[in-house]
Amino acid sequence: MGHLRGFKRFVNDIQGLTFFCLKMFRYSVGRPFYFAEFMDQMYFLGVGSLFLVVLTGMFAGQAIALQFSIELADFGSKNYLGRVMAIAILRELGPVLTALMVAARVSSGITAEIGSMKSSEQLDAMRAFGVEPIRKLAVPRFWALMIMLPVLTIICDFVAIVGGYIVAVFIAHISPTAYWSNFIDKVSLGNIIIGTVKPFLFAMIIASVSCYLGFSTSGGTKGVGRSTTDSVVASSINILFINFAFTRLVVPHLRGLM
Amino acid sequence: MIRLENINFAYRDEPVLQDVSFSVGPGETKVILGSSGSGKSTILKIILGLVRPQSGRVFIAGKDVTNAREGQLQKVRRKMGMVFQGGALFDSMTVGENIGYYLLEHTNRSLAGIEQAAREILDYLGLSQGLLDVLPDELSGGMQRRVAIGRAVAAENPQIMLYDEPTTGLDPISTLTITKLINKLRVEKGVSTIVVTHQITEAFEMADQFIVLHDGRIVFDGDTDGLLRCRQEYVREFLQPYLASVKSIPVGPTE
Repeated sequence: MGHLRGFKRFVNDIQGLTFFCLKMFRYSVGRPFYFAEFMDQMYFLGVGSLFLVVLTGMFAGQAIALQFSIELADFGSKNYLGRVMAIAILRELGPVLTALMVAARVSSGITAEIGSMKSSEQLDAMRAFGVEPIRKLAVPRFWALMIMLPVLTIICDFVAIVGGYIVAVFIAHISPTAYWSNFIDKVSLGNIIIGTVKPFLFAMIIASVSCYLGFSTSGGTKGVGRSTTDSVVASSINILFINFAFTRLVVPHLRGLM
Repeated sequence: MIRLENINFAYRDEPVLQDVSFSVGPGETKVILGSSGSGKSTILKIILGLVRPQSGRVFIAGKDVTNAREGQLQKVRRKMGMVFQGGALFDSMTVGENIGYYLLEHTNRSLAGIEQAAREILDYLGLSQGLLDVLPDELSGGMQRRVAIGRAVAAENPQIMLYDEPTTGLDPISTLTITKLINKLRVEKGVSTIVVTHQITEAFEMADQFIVLHDGRIVFDGDTDGLLRCRQEYVREFLQPYLASVKSIPVGPTE
């Protein structure tokens, strides 16, 4: 009985999320577009996450470079570290780590803000004043994330690769030329496509899940806390799942471009 | 001005409103009385179109808005001002931004013009203009309700005002101030008013037309005299604490 209820809730949530996304897309076109809100969110979601993303990229890049420099040395292939870094960072770790860090920081904030507005009837007040809350609150956050997450991913990639370079040159004693020439060999169109498409998918997940859970919050303060936790968990799991699905379904078709 | 016909509404298969019908004419004030959870606030949300009834019809200014699309509802809502329970002020905006919210969203007025309008409304509410840049959290409960009323009347001359528990949780002086403000709006602007409350004393000071709601059904709809003479069991029970506490019964709203 409990399983059935849980399954029913899951189906309801999927249905609710789908309708919510459709509404968000519909309200994305036409007026009014809340440009000031959109700019605020660009700053909060993008610039506000910059330091976190730079730190993540730097440490992740250095850790991977350290690990692989040791492993590759066993095979006498230390000079190929640049290739490994290109594949690991551009295809996988850059987009996924950036999305996970942004999800952790941002999705909880979005859900908590919208959820507390819902529980204090501010969303109803907004509608009573002729303002559609999805258009006012969700659409600017969605587009801000759609722009800023790819930008943050590029920054994370860059920092991680530079971090890897520092480890390669100063710890693993690989020549800068070997690192960069091997790295550039793997900067192919296929890898660039994979690395740039993923952030858009992840931005969609973070924005839609966190806004939807905010709008569907119930149960007062306790409900806001529950939605906030659910938001981080659901965003993170969906990012990892979509990453796997994308790698399984799309990447094989891009092999010719790698 | 407002007419509800045979409204039925259920939430998660639990009936909230059953066969609710009543009307409020232009310039009239009606108080909806009932204990917590009797469905009073749901009636206001149905009038605003924030929730849709499962059956029945809602007429605003003679127009059937029961199944109106969101865009049409937004036009209808512009005729109405709603004061939510607890105020529901936008907590990230200042008092001035809250009061000027409607003008900011729906008119092309300059920011200076909106600020001027907000100042005038603060004067009307009897609040200091120094509050313009203050956040709602810094205000007392009574002040928050007054600002919420100000935000509702800042719309382009609303013809209908809806109040959800406007005096609940306030001290006697704040309650009196809010009651006077509601009456002032009714007299000076001639708006049709619906007040949802479970505070009987204030209800008698605000209106002479009452509805009593019990378990989602209307058990009384009439004037002060009819209410005080009503023999219906729940109405007697509901009024008992009030009747026991007053020596003289006020008839009709104070102005």
